[in-house]
Amino acid sequence: MSAPTAPVARAARAPRRTLLSRLPVVHQLGQSVGLQRGMLVAGLIITGVFVICALFAQLIAPYGFAQLRDENGQFGAQLEPSAQHIWGTTVGGYDVFSRVIWGAQTALEVMIVAIILSIFLGVFLGLVSGYFGGWLDRILVVLADAIYAFPSLLLAIVMSIVISGGQSNLYGGILAAAISITVVYIPQYFRVIRSETVRIKGEAFVESAKVIGASNARIMVRHVLRNSTRTLPLIFTLNASEAVLTLAGLGFLGFGIEPTAAAEWGFDLNKSLSDVTSGIWWTAVFPGLAIVLSVLGVTLVGESLNDLADPRLRGRRAVTAAGGAVAATSVVPGGTLEAGPAGITGLEGTSS
Amino acid sequence: MTATAPAVGTPAPGPTALPKTARRMPGGGLGRYLVVRFLLIIPTIFILVTLVFFLMRATGDPITAALGGRLSGAQLQERIHAAGYDRPILVQYVEYLGQIATGNFGTSISDNRPISTILVTYGVATLELAFYALIVAFIVGIPLGMLAAYFRDRGQDAVLRVFAILCYATPVFFAGILLKLVFSVWLNVLPVAGRASTSSELEMQFLPNKTGIYLIDAFQTGEPAVIGDVLAHAVLPAIALGLLTAGIFLRLVRTNVIGTLSTDYVDAARSRGVSEYRLVRRHAYKPALIPIITVIGLQIALLLGGAVLTESTFEWKGLGFQLAQYLAARDFVAVQGIVALLAVIVAVTNFIVDIIAALIDPRVRY
Repeated sequence: MSAPTAPVARAARAPRRTLLSRLPVVHQLGQSVGLQRGMLVAGLIITGVFVICALFAQLIAPYGFAQLRDENGQFGAQLEPSAQHIWGTTVGGYDVFSRVIWGAQTALEVMIVAIILSIFLGVFLGLVSGYFGGWLDRILVVLADAIYAFPSLLLAIVMSIVISGGQSNLYGGILAAAISITVVYIPQYFRVIRSETVRIKGEAFVESAKVIGASNARIMVRHVLRNSTRTLPLIFTLNASEAVLTLAGLGFLGFGIEPTAAAEWGFDLNKSLSDVTSGIWWTAVFPGLAIVLSVLGVTLVGESLNDLADPRLRGRRAVTAAGGAVAATSVVPGGTLEAGPAGITGLEGTSS
Repeated sequence: MTATAPAVGTPAPGPTALPKTARRMPGGGLGRYLVVRFLLIIPTIFILVTLVFFLMRATGDPITAALGGRLSGAQLQERIHAAGYDRPILVQYVEYLGQIATGNFGTSISDNRPISTILVTYGVATLELAFYALIVAFIVGIPLGMLAAYFRDRGQDAVLRVFAILCYATPVFFAGILLKLVFSVWLNVLPVAGRASTSSELEMQFLPNKTGIYLIDAFQTGEPAVIGDVLAHAVLPAIALGLLTAGIFLRLVRTNVIGTLSTDYVDAARSRGVSEYRLVRRHAYKPALIPIITVIGLQIALLLGGAVLTESTFEWKGLGFQLAQYLAARDFVAVQGIVALLAVIVAVTNFIVDIIAALIDPRVRY
């Protein structure tokens, strides 16, 4: 309910801009200048390639992720890169290129499930906790802080033991990995939403809604939630990349998804550990690069959005290059509160 | 307003800080802050231990998990009964808490060793690795962060920022594999894995005051070859783990120095003709350090999580390596003990970091 619908709601209230420029990322792209734009564009391209690989893995990958033989017989293990297997084969006899491509699909699935779950739970808990306060709030805050301080990978390990006993099939594995990651990230959403809720709760419009006699649920959803989602897009781009890393970490420790159920980069890296000592590089380098690039792409997008949202970090050149931007930055100290239903887009709207 | 004087024991705050201190309770000195902060450790550890206990038990009893396939049903029941895992879970929980409070973490199922011995033996190795990694992170992250802030929005800044993101985007185990591939296999200049070669370990074996910290032990033998060997083994794991944190330090230092570089007193110093190097190094960097120190506390958690992966990559026989082994053996008693200890370490380091922050910046205390 929260994130997917929020941009639509924003767009409806910002009448002057065209449909294209109202889309969250496109707008920021127009706003960025120079290096910042370079970083954002690079991030978008890498992320785009990653998503395409994930969606069309079936068409791109020459072999299945668990395929060991074709019409010419067995592939053979640890083959060097050749015309038939452009990135070679693994110690288990799988085609490296195909597994890397299929791995993108697994990563994307886990990423999406994890983000949706943690946004729902984190936002809901944060909203309830911040709005009602009291002992529930105190308990939840202490809990969230304790979980937040704990090494996320260890927590994910414990969760994956609980959920799947450590070994699982495709959907069980993806769900287990996603839930493990979710538990780790709920505190982050919780903290952000809670502090925003506490702040907004004291605003005049919430008071007036109460006076009118609006129910708590209505106030929470219509008045508080709408205004507290400002920072969510930033957190979830950053969390998306952490989800990929946590999944790979789980896989590397043998808590991922079984090789016959789906391709998983971390698992492949674990299997390649012994290859490296004997100089076999292709089984490790390609899945590793896939992790690095997908995380890099998403992080570049997230970082750029973050910088563009924060006037102090927005490039100085952006100020000089975009004529009206000077006025926009000077408005900001009072502007964050006015951002209101339009969120960041509303805030930045003055500059473009 | 200013009539209520700050408590005895607080360093005299400057005139600007007075109204703030005065608004707080008269007893809000450093001593009180320390006590309150220390007491807050207990619930944190308690919550984590409880959480881990119930989560692990939700999967069933540890004996079935570890030995399920190998023993017959009757034998399993016998073992479960002997270990008391057939009693109500709350009874077990209370007993477990009591055991932990006395430092008894139980006995591992797969190799039948007391968990506390495992923790002491391997914990030292993990702390040694984390320490090396922190050194690498400081050496790499802080100067580069200052540089990035100084060259803000120019080419150098972009390169450094992409480097920082790359540090973060590269999983430690992949960084480790790459380092191994280049320096151990292709260039053949550094050892592939382990904490020391067998001959050095033999030399250190019979030291009278063995600490388990290999570097100290190596110095105790007094042989340069052993010291060199231990250091050579530490280089790659330290870099692999350190770079992860270095990227985060770089970003933090950059953002904070950018913030302080635009303050009035930096402008004032610049107008007095203070050199640019001194500006960044002294005027902008020092105040930017405070938020960094607080964040280090959270980095410790990340570092320990990363240590699990680094140790598995380099066969560095520490807690993380053991954790991976016990996970593979499904020995959940051992896993639970290690996780509980890591929780304690995290809580205590956070406490120490908060104290350091309070000592540096009086505004933190409350």
